[in-house]
Amino acid sequence: MVALSQERLVSSMRTPVRRSPPRTFDHVFRIASLGSALLVLIVLAGILGSMIYGGLPAFREFGFGFITSSVWDVQRDQYGAWVAVIGTLTTALVALVIGVPVSLGIAIFLTQLCPPWLKRPVATTIELLAAVPSIIYGMWGLFVFAPLFARFVQIPVSKLVEGIPIIGTILYASVPSGVGILTAGIILAVMIIPFVASITRDIFDQIPPVLRESAYGIGCTTWEVVRHVLLPQAGVSIIGAIMLGLGRALGETMAVTFVVGNANRLSASLFDPGSTIASRIANEFNEALGLQLNALMALGCILFLVTFIVLVAARLLIARVNAR
Amino acid sequence: MSQIALNTSSAIGSAAAADVDAPIRIAVRNLNFHYGDAIALKNVSLNFHDRQVTALIGPSGCGKSTLLRTFNRIYSLYPEQRADGEILLDGQNVLSPSVDVNELRARVGMVFQKPTPFPMSIYDNIAFGIRLYENLPKSELDGRVEEALKKAALWNEAKDKLRQSGMGLSGGQQQRLCIARTIAQNPEVILLDEPTSALDPISTGKIEELIEHLREEFTIVIVTHNMQQAARISQFTAFMYLGELVEFGPTNKMFMTPTKKQTQDYITGRFG
Repeated sequence: MVALSQERLVSSMRTPVRRSPPRTFDHVFRIASLGSALLVLIVLAGILGSMIYGGLPAFREFGFGFITSSVWDVQRDQYGAWVAVIGTLTTALVALVIGVPVSLGIAIFLTQLCPPWLKRPVATTIELLAAVPSIIYGMWGLFVFAPLFARFVQIPVSKLVEGIPIIGTILYASVPSGVGILTAGIILAVMIIPFVASITRDIFDQIPPVLRESAYGIGCTTWEVVRHVLLPQAGVSIIGAIMLGLGRALGETMAVTFVVGNANRLSASLFDPGSTIASRIANEFNEALGLQLNALMALGCILFLVTFIVLVAARLLIARVNAR
Repeated sequence: MSQIALNTSSAIGSAAAADVDAPIRIAVRNLNFHYGDAIALKNVSLNFHDRQVTALIGPSGCGKSTLLRTFNRIYSLYPEQRADGEILLDGQNVLSPSVDVNELRARVGMVFQKPTPFPMSIYDNIAFGIRLYENLPKSELDGRVEEALKKAALWNEAKDKLRQSGMGLSGGQQQRLCIARTIAQNPEVILLDEPTSALDPISTGKIEELIEHLREEFTIVIVTHNMQQAARISQFTAFMYLGELVEFGPTNKMFMTPTKKQTQDYITGRFG
């Protein structure tokens, strides 16, 4: 033992010690990595600054009325964000109403019920869903989903609910074209499901198995375990996951532009076409000049602010479970 | 090593003597257990007597926790785990597919290594389990919650904060809350899987004292790594090694005059 370690000591002393490289390289490396990190902040500040600068004339021209006015008239140079704001919020809300229960179902199935051999295929499929480019969702939504939706949902449902108060208004298609706020919401739901599902699955996975066992141990059924123990235990971080989905739904552009109908009209019916902030910008940016361009920039500011707040809140809520 | 042996023997006899004539509550017959392809229990047969504390001891991986987890079929949450043989609870084979596992788990309560309060108030932690099986008026439910907390020696500490979250209690209190939750369902058998391994000595002492009292009403099976604990609180001890039951008998006999050499080596601390 002793002999061995002595031998090792000697041999290690014999090998030439590496000469320390010149300090300058280390210095450059340090500055380069710092610069990369700072670049993100600079870009973010630059984007925000130029958006505000670009949008300012519109805000100055219309004041607070820019948000509450539903006029969008290029001929008379009158612009208001209301239709797009409502459209953005409604499509995102529809996406959450449809997408969140499905995502929770997926997460619960994967963590609680799924036989091990099925776990991988299902999880991989969901991740792949997240990798589908949004233009594909848009095309599929417009060419495949919308006609089917018009034929098998909009027309029969409109017939069914016609004349009924409230429901007869919300679910009535005056022109059953298939595109509209609800269609956009459904497509968005499909797009946010992979995010919300995989984050909630991670949250459920972090709950110690022994808690689940002890809930089963007092004779709970799977439903009771999920409803009374796992969901409350996951608590606010589930809301965080939902808000992350919301952030994506609010800002999604391409797919929504295809299927939302792009009408500047405020309608009480979910079947009617409308527009969102992102779709409005995408549609008009090419030909916009002067005040119209400023108005689009201002729309962008509003969207940026809303998504930023939603995402920050989501991160904070998710971080709370990790801190526990 | 001799110190351990000495401590252990000084603990013997502090528990009530084994009642070898007590009726048999659980009879395990030729039980085998598999984790996938690995075998964890080999042909285990032994009896658990009514209203006695039986300690399962043995080195890590010997199968004592696995054995405990078969009694309420909690292992069946994991599809790759399976048991064959017979476990007769009052003559009924709990491994039979016709047994309603949820009802079984209400009859055979379990307390785990780490305290696992549910994310709800202290009151609801206990009322939740009762409500699953009984539809009681509020006043009666209140009574049952109080009774369970008293039996678990937690009433005095918890009575003023029944509406507060169970997560706010200390570790030892949380573990007593879990015991209260279990006994509130009026089980026949209570399974304790190293219930004090995450607790400080004072909390451990309280739980041990509690087990003494609970024995008057329930049949208790406890897995423990702590030999003194087994000697202090149990009437019967089963020593397991590598998935097999090596020796089973009244605790004082097991610790004073074990018949197998392996048992003697283990309880005197020569291995494990």
